[in-house]
Amino acid sequence: MSQETSSAALTREKAAANRQILIQQIIRTVGMLPILILLGIGFQLMSGRFFSGQNLSIVTQQASINTVLACGMTAVILTGGIDLSVGSILAASAMVAVIGSLVPDMGMIGIPLALFAGLVFGLINGSLVAFIGLPPFITTLGSLTAVRGVARLLGNDTTVFNSHLPFAFIGNGYLFGIPWLVIIAFLSVIVTWIILRRTVLGVHIYATGGNESAARLSGIKVWAVFLFVYGFSGLMAGLGGVMSAARLFAANGTQLGQSYELDAIAAVILGGTSFTGGVGSIWGTLIGALIIAVLSNGLVLVGVSDIWQYIIKGLVIIIAVALDRVRSQGGART
Amino acid sequence: MPSAPEPTPILEMRGITKTFPGVKALAGVELTVYPGEVHALMGENGAGKSTLMKILSGAYKADPGGEIRIDGKLAHIDGPLSAKTLGIAVIYQELSLSPNLTVAENIYLGRELSSGGQVDRARMRRECQGVLDRLGAGFGPATVVSTLSIAERQMVEIARAIHANARILVMDEPTTALSSRETDKLFDLIRTLRADGLAIIYISHRMAEVYELADRCSVLRDGAYVGTLLRDELKAETLVKMMVGRDLSKFYKKDHDAEGSRGEVILSVRDMSDGRRVRGCSFDLHRGEVLCLAGLVGSGRTELARLIYGADARKSGTVALDGKPLDIVRPIQAVDAGIVYLTEDRKGQGLFLDMTVQENINLQVIGRDAGKGGLLDLRKARGRAVDAIRALSIRVAGPVVEVGSLSGGNQQKVLLSRLLETRPRVLILDEPTRGVDIGAKSEIYRIIDDLVKAGIGVLVISSEMPEVVGIADRVLVMREGHIAGEVGGTTGIAITQENIIALAAGLAHPSAPAA
Repeated sequence: MSQETSSAALTREKAAANRQILIQQIIRTVGMLPILILLGIGFQLMSGRFFSGQNLSIVTQQASINTVLACGMTAVILTGGIDLSVGSILAASAMVAVIGSLVPDMGMIGIPLALFAGLVFGLINGSLVAFIGLPPFITTLGSLTAVRGVARLLGNDTTVFNSHLPFAFIGNGYLFGIPWLVIIAFLSVIVTWIILRRTVLGVHIYATGGNESAARLSGIKVWAVFLFVYGFSGLMAGLGGVMSAARLFAANGTQLGQSYELDAIAAVILGGTSFTGGVGSIWGTLIGALIIAVLSNGLVLVGVSDIWQYIIKGLVIIIAVALDRVRSQGGART
Repeated sequence: MPSAPEPTPILEMRGITKTFPGVKALAGVELTVYPGEVHALMGENGAGKSTLMKILSGAYKADPGGEIRIDGKLAHIDGPLSAKTLGIAVIYQELSLSPNLTVAENIYLGRELSSGGQVDRARMRRECQGVLDRLGAGFGPATVVSTLSIAERQMVEIARAIHANARILVMDEPTTALSSRETDKLFDLIRTLRADGLAIIYISHRMAEVYELADRCSVLRDGAYVGTLLRDELKAETLVKMMVGRDLSKFYKKDHDAEGSRGEVILSVRDMSDGRRVRGCSFDLHRGEVLCLAGLVGSGRTELARLIYGADARKSGTVALDGKPLDIVRPIQAVDAGIVYLTEDRKGQGLFLDMTVQENINLQVIGRDAGKGGLLDLRKARGRAVDAIRALSIRVAGPVVEVGSLSGGNQQKVLLSRLLETRPRVLILDEPTRGVDIGAKSEIYRIIDDLVKAGIGVLVISSEMPEVVGIADRVLVMREGHIAGEVGGTTGIAITQENIIALAAGLAHPSAPAA
């Protein structure tokens, strides 16, 4: 009798514990969502047009390329690495996309060529990290500079144009009223989520970032994980290059994608992914990328000067992450 | 309770409760400590000792409701600083010194003396010489800490606490990394401190130390206070019963019959060398046998195991499974062949602490379970995790709890289930019960026994002599990188601590059994 009641109490306690864990998981996943919503409401109150359909379309388009880059960056940072070269790879891939689009009658070839270029640059990064064991920061700092040079070389240091770009719809068209840029960004997030959360590879990515020596000892091919994440980041930068080229009908090796890597990293960190690897989610990254875009857009709507936009954006990133730190310390583990 | 006029306790903790998400770590725990006593705090891993001490030292905040009194006065400990001000100091298992600084600088860390804006190193050295003398330190205040041994560093930590006027000293497993001579010295020091009127809370798993030192001993179990024993009430059976809540008459479980269950050779290792720490090791492991690898720390046992498993590069040597030679250069090849290795460094090289129990248990089999395109079979993964949690009685709220939040014994069981999920034929266990409480220990012995009965060959590396004697069918003793000898099995030499130590220390070859 008393045993029955105590086992019932135990079940109740267990259920309560499970609920608590679930709530924690939701908080961890949702992360910065409240800040995103607050920013949106704030800008709406100040400008009166933030939540208009047209403006939301602009904001999401502004966020799209950074979201795509941040997808690759999330995978890299989850392994405890960093990819500083995505802006340069984006520029080089955009050059390849526009040059490829100039091929008579088969201009669509620009897309696969650009993706391929991005993938190759990424795999070079990955090989240096995986096989030679170079630190990711130094490897990609090198390719940040070197690939920027390649991008300029590709167009003989000029801007390349194609006013009849066959894939211009990507940058300017709509599907069922939704911009193609937004659709591509969202699909990238979905694909990244599937890789990270529903495949063996994804578990290996988290495991490598969480404890590299344990990953090696348990038989995970750590080199393959590194090769994949940097290759994937390069591929995503290639996709970003296609999107940029499609939007501009042009590419310029010197200016395009300058400091994009910083926005991508900021999105990932805002999204709650741990800089040391092993902890984080792609949904957080999406919210992080949206926060950055909302800030840029909202500050323009409110009429803040360009200089102050920089200062405010930087401060918001620092404050948001600090808040997150404080909150996550509340749930310290034993 | 001490007789005659009752002194005021230096520390009283009453009704201390602490809840973590998913776990109630402490429920109404109490602890009373008097000045001038060594108060042992015992309990299995996960019983709540560390949590209680973290609350005392301000690292955690207790749930509202309990109270802490120092010298009878209500104290509010809301951070490490206020604990320090109240005279509470903790000597941690992981030493917290800056190795690049001198002894004096470490003792004064955060309270540096200065004159005219400059750090006054000379005065700092002069003033902490007294503390060092009082503790009987064999080193001076200008010594750089990185040149000191672990025992000496511990002394620096104690000196720092004394110098900061600590009156309650918490020592958490202080002898883990000490030799027996160093341990004796530490005990002398503790007795001196006790005579000076300090209260020492001493956490240890080792009964012998508690007998030797403790004036009283409080026991926690599953986050609850069980009771306090006086010095003359300390008895092994009583203590174990209080800690585990049940009788442990059959502690080392060896149900299998060493002769009967032993089958043909399953693993043959020949001439294994890495050119440094392992030199020409050869041995056979049989099906259904527990073969222990004994020897001193540093004799090359872990290195030998890692060579067999393909975790390190070997210079020479062959491994054969069922007579078929294997070419293992990577761990994954060993796992695929059916050889798995449980690391001695559970947190550093074994578990993924940020990942869930389910993910950890399934980590090495998700590839086999996966569908097309490497998609995870989450239902199967959950099923495996639930089964493993039940089979090994892992105490956890559910399969999606992070492994980092479990106690040592339960973490070890998670790691063990991860290996067992690969359906191994040879299991290499490196210090399988290190940092594991008594209850989990006995459960791990039961698991090993079951595996052996099922025909698996188990190689156990262990530094705990009673464990080796308790579970081994046969023992290989390593010394300085080679296998110095064998006891048990067909050798006719009994498996005793004396025979093993004789081989490990290179004293003499043990002779045949004397009656």
